[in-house]
Amino acid sequence: MAEAAFTVAFAGPLVTLQDAGRPGHMRFGVPASGAMDRLAFDAANAALGNESGQTGIEISLGGLILQCTQGPVTVAIAGGDFTVQLGSQKTRSWTVLTVQKGERLSITAGKAGSWAYLAVAGRIMAPEWLGRQATHSTSGFGGGALQTGQTITLSDASLREDRLGDIQKPDFQASGPIRVVTGPQDQHFATETVARFLSDSFTVSDAYDRMGMRLKGPTLPLAGALSIPSEPIVRGSVQVSGDGVPTVLLADHQTTGGYPKIATVISPDIDRLAQYRAGQSLRCVEITSAQAVAEARSYALCKTAYLAEVSVARGTLAQRLMRDNLNHGCVFD
Amino acid sequence: MAPEFKAIADHALLVTFADEISDSAHGAVLALDAALGADPPEGMIETVPAMVNLLVSFDPIATDHDAIKTHVEGCLRATIKSPSAGTSRIVQVCYDAPFSPDLGAVSAATGLAPEAVIKAHLAGDFRVLMYGFAPGYAYLSGIPDAIQVPRKPAPVRDVPAGSVIIAGPQCLVTTLTMPTGWSIIGRSPTAILTGDPDHPFLFDVGDRVTFERIDAATFAKLTKAGADG
Repeated sequence: MAEAAFTVAFAGPLVTLQDAGRPGHMRFGVPASGAMDRLAFDAANAALGNESGQTGIEISLGGLILQCTQGPVTVAIAGGDFTVQLGSQKTRSWTVLTVQKGERLSITAGKAGSWAYLAVAGRIMAPEWLGRQATHSTSGFGGGALQTGQTITLSDASLREDRLGDIQKPDFQASGPIRVVTGPQDQHFATETVARFLSDSFTVSDAYDRMGMRLKGPTLPLAGALSIPSEPIVRGSVQVSGDGVPTVLLADHQTTGGYPKIATVISPDIDRLAQYRAGQSLRCVEITSAQAVAEARSYALCKTAYLAEVSVARGTLAQRLMRDNLNHGCVFD
Repeated sequence: MAPEFKAIADHALLVTFADEISDSAHGAVLALDAALGADPPEGMIETVPAMVNLLVSFDPIATDHDAIKTHVEGCLRATIKSPSAGTSRIVQVCYDAPFSPDLGAVSAATGLAPEAVIKAHLAGDFRVLMYGFAPGYAYLSGIPDAIQVPRKPAPVRDVPAGSVIIAGPQCLVTTLTMPTGWSIIGRSPTAILTGDPDHPFLFDVGDRVTFERIDAATFAKLTKAGADG
């Protein structure tokens, strides 16, 4: 089988290998990790016709520059609005392209978004931990963070010329306020504090990494002494530290903690929240847990349909031209 | 108190047995955890035991909070409340310098000689309460009253993996180089992250732990064997 290889000419902080994550180990202190924006990650794999959850590279605002030392190989880039440059050709994320040996591919912060995903037509050779390559950023366990100078080797590398071009962006994600279910420790806050959390605007602070996103805004004082027993945490938990500052916990969250959780972001809104950047403002809105389940189900349906559409190969250029001709034939008949 | 149920977003239910840490609350957490492990409801992904509550995480496509709650209530009615004994595990620890930088401070704070602090630690009846903070960080209850010390006012950075640290009634053997505000009284060569794919973590929540003292020469031999193996 063909191999492909890249040298990492530059990797910013928090550029890591990620897959669909390793659920099932929270009882041992291990969060699922995996892509911060699971929708964009899945779209990148689907656009190449890869198996769902195949390991790719999560690119932070720090950016990534790869030099292809062995190729060619087709890759897909999705997520946010990042700037992509292949040789002299400049484009943006949500694209499939083929990288030839000797070419340089750079993916850097563009107009919007915090995370982009590079999926590859091949398998990235990297260490696994607990059966997955997803990187747990605080320990470095799993595939790991990319370091400038390292080599990335792909096995089973292939060309997918029938998949080149733009990737259709998802249009079914909610816009507007981030939807939360209050609790599970909202009893540690005065009613008006919870009301303020749900009505006031917050700003994403610079303290944003794979563990969580600290917010700036009105202080959310705790109602009593801060000595609750450590309780389980999930991806999306909004915990409030002793100084009244809320943090949304994300892919590499701690699994338990003693700070009360005022609310929890529903899973369909975590991908879009993860794409917020420092300085962007947001509001939260309360929904019931039953509404949250309904939203999760409708999101899953839309996501499945969207990924199925993205995963359809569009054909080679010749095939596409022929199809266009046939379509014209139908129209003019 | 009767167990309290709280919905977490679209994908989890938190079952809380008490507001304060107690053996009976933790026993109820372990009993429910075992019952759900033996008879998982449809759509359950995993459970996370903590001090006074159990998180039941589920796939919202397959089930919902109400169905999980009904199943949990069935388990609670059927559960025998005495917690299981837990497996006994041995953790080796070297209390010699330079592995015990805070032994002197604990000695000063408690008025016990360093050897008496060590003796008290070895006599502790330890149980795995829960994991948290980082992979493999198992919180053990059972530090004897005589050597309970508060956390330091500020954490110390870059505390090596394998450090045996204490704060209040709890003890922990670290698995990563991380900051901690707990007192470092020894270093262990025992791997909590075992590297065994079938049993990657040494403890299950609820296990009993005994510390076994080793000297610096044994520590060096064991860590070398571990590195070579």
